[in-house]
Order: sequence, then C-alpha cells, then structure tokens
Amino acid sequence: MIEARDIQKSFGDHHVLKGLDLTVETGQVTVIIGPSGSGKTTLLRCMNLLEIPTNGMLRIGDTSLTFQENVSLKQKDMLALRRKSGMVFQAYNLFPHMTVLQNIMEGPVIVQKQDKEQAKKMALQLLEKVGLSDKAHAYPDQLSGGQQQRVGIARAMAVNPEVLLFDEPTSALDPELVGEVLKVMKELAVEGMTMAVVTHEMTFAEEVADQVVLLDQGQILEQGEPSELFNHPKHDRTHAFLSRLNNPI
Amino acid sequence: MNDHAERLYHIFIESFLPLLKAGVAFTIPLTLISFVVGLIIAFLTALIRISPLTPLRGIARFYIWIFRGTPLIVQLFIIFYGLPSIGLTLPPFTAAVIGFSLSVGAYGSEIIRAAILSISQGQWEAAYSIGMTKAQALRRIIIPQALKVSVPPLSNSFISLIKDTSLAASITVTEMFQKAQEITARYYEPMLLYCEVALIYLIFSTVLSHFQNRLEHYFNSKSTNKGSLL
Repeated sequence: MIEARDIQKSFGDHHVLKGLDLTVETGQVTVIIGPSGSGKTTLLRCMNLLEIPTNGMLRIGDTSLTFQENVSLKQKDMLALRRKSGMVFQAYNLFPHMTVLQNIMEGPVIVQKQDKEQAKKMALQLLEKVGLSDKAHAYPDQLSGGQQQRVGIARAMAVNPEVLLFDEPTSALDPELVGEVLKVMKELAVEGMTMAVVTHEMTFAEEVADQVVLLDQGQILEQGEPSELFNHPKHDRTHAFLSRLNNPI
Repeated sequence: MNDHAERLYHIFIESFLPLLKAGVAFTIPLTLISFVVGLIIAFLTALIRISPLTPLRGIARFYIWIFRGTPLIVQLFIIFYGLPSIGLTLPPFTAAVIGFSLSVGAYGSEIIRAAILSISQGQWEAAYSIGMTKAQALRRIIIPQALKVSVPPLSNSFISLIKDTSLAASITVTEMFQKAQEITARYYEPMLLYCEVALIYLIFSTVLSHFQNRLEHYFNSKSTNKGSLL
C-alpha cells in the first residue's frame, strides 16, 4: 500500500503541494484527477521520488521515508523506497537504443542482478500479457504510441513493484489507441495490482477505480468512491471541474 | 613532352613514396594515438563537468579554457621548446602527442558534454524509475545514446586532427609535411611538392571519412531511431 502524510512540495516560492494525505490500499486503484496545475503529476512524481517532497512522510509497503526542508536524504534510502514502485510515463520514455525485450529486461538484469535467461522468460510473459509477443525484437520507434505505452507498462512491471504509478498514460496517444492501453491497465487492476493513476479518462475512473481523488490548487478537494464523487459531488468546484470535462466547449 | 614537365613528373614519382612513408610512419600514428588519448581525456573531462564535484569541475573548466583559447602551435612550442627550461625535455613525437591529445581532449569534452545534455530528461527518469543508480543510468542509458549523437562532431575533430598534425613539423617531428619541406629544399619545386602533399592529406581524410560513415551506419543499425537525435 501507499501511505502519504502531509506531503508538501515547493519549487522556490511556488507551493505546488500544500500538505496532502493519501492512502492507496493494497490491491486497490486510486485515480487522481484535477485541473491543469493542480499538482496531480507532482504528487505522483513525489511517490517515485522523481521529485523529492519538501516535507512529509511517504510509505510504500514496509519502507518509509520522512522529508524535511533542507535535510538531504541518503541515496541508499531513496533508492530503496523508489524500488518499491514502477512508473509509467506520459511520453513512454522507452530506451530507444534497445529492443522491446531489452527494455523490459534492463531493470531485472542490471538493477536486480537476475539471471539473464530467467529475466528473458519473465519479460516474454509480460509481453504476452500486454499483447506484444510478436514485437520482442522491435525497436521502440517501430511501434505505435499505444504499443510503446504497453511496453512501458511491461517494463515497469518487470521490476516486480509493489505499486504501479501512471502519469497520464494515455494523454499522448491518438484517440483510437487509448483503448488498448486502458484495457491492459484494467486487467492489471482486476489481477489485484495496487495502482495510482493520474488521468483524464473518466470512464476508466468510473469503471476501475476504488477511489477517486480530486486535487485543486495543491490540496485534496474531495475524495471518495467514483460513483459518489461523480454523481454527488460535495463541492461546487468539483462540480464545475466535472462539467467542464463533460462539456469542453 | 618537354624537359620541364618530364622533370616534374620524375620528382612527383620519386617523392611520392617517401612522403607516403612519412605519412604512414608519423602522421597516421600521431593522429591515432593523439585521438585515442584525447578521447579518453575528453570523456573523463565531460563526466567531471556534469558531476557534482565542484572543485574538480573548476579544474576541468580551467583546462578547457586554456586549451581552447590558445593556438595549437603555441601550445606545441611551449611543450617542446618551453618545458626544457624548467627541466622537462621531451622527444618531439612525445611532445606532439601530448599537445594534440590535450587539444582533442578540450574540444572533445565539450562535444561529449553537449551530447550527454542532449539526451532528454525522460530517459534519466525512466532509468531511475526502474531503480537504477546515477552511475547505472549513465552507463546503460545515457552514454550509449550520447555516443551516437557525438559521432559526427567527433569525426569532424578527427579529420581536423589529421591536418593539424602538420603543425608537428614546427617542432621537428619528421611527419609528412616536414618531409615535403625537406624534399622541396632539395628540388625547389614548391608548387608541385606542396600540392602533392595536399593530395596525400586529401586521400587520408577521404579514407577516414569513409570510416566515419560506416561508424554512423553501425550506430544507426543498432537503433532505428534515425535522425531525431542527429
């Protein structure tokens, strides 16, 4: 599970996250939504320490870290916490100089020092799972965006993380390719993967999420079960945000 | 054919082999050794420049400042003619290798540093996200891509170096250009002999650019990521 307590993040004078508490239970899916600039991507990046929170506490599984302003952390502790999660990026960020198979094997072999043959076997299983067995030896730029993102998911899964983080995984995709990525994510959710997902895909949130969190101006405005939050929003601003999504023009 | 043309023809034929020999014995080894040593210096300097080690970074910047800001021939003169006055006398070839290597190192480090910085932040983040340390990310993800980006500009440096080795003539290395001057002094046909040596330099550069193309092709075949980074 993920437990975040009083997470704050500032870039200079700009306070992006103003003290957030969030819990993602094991096996559950939390979808984080919110207007542009609300801090949802920063929050997700804090969970993977791609951004270091200015203040607060973060626990994933049995590993936790406390952050304090002007106190730098040990590299070793940061790596230990980061290795509990996997990240799927908006821009996929596959390694262009490696084949699909090498992309997936890189973490297990180089970071976790797994046996190569064993890592390959597992990578092929993951590829089958995301429906790309025939692309094992292709390079990333020979794939469509949807295929690249599915490799991105397989690569994140390969290091066997306790939680998977998704940063707007379908935002860079052509509309007709969104479905294939969401389908893979849905399957993972059904299998019991713990996931935190930043997305604008409200149908996905409604169908898959156990919890929806709405961020606004660096704070949690509202959170709850998707049906509750979408149908009976408590705040006017939640209502306004949702109706803008439904009627963009 | 009149006598003059016949004489020129003979000089050309007679001098071709000694010139080529000087090229193979001195110009090419001087180029290759200096380039390899220079690349090692360049690589280390680039890594220092992007490292968090502030004092070392200062030294690296100072070194680049000195060697990019002064003429190569002056550097060679200081190493060969200047150092003996503080008790360090070097053989001409060694002095030339040191001078050229340091020069390649200074320019090359900026090429490699720029190539490393040109790799998108997303690649670092992806490397970190699968649990890599900074060293692992550099070695496995960033440097392989940066090397590909730096092949064309480094090849340029290499071809410049082939031609710059002619400056070693000024510190008494009997490389190809020095040889051409010697032969010219004997026959007094500067036009012919300097064009001839120019031709041999041209041959060397052409052959080596061909290798450059092969190298680029090799890197491109390893990844089909064409053009976007080059």
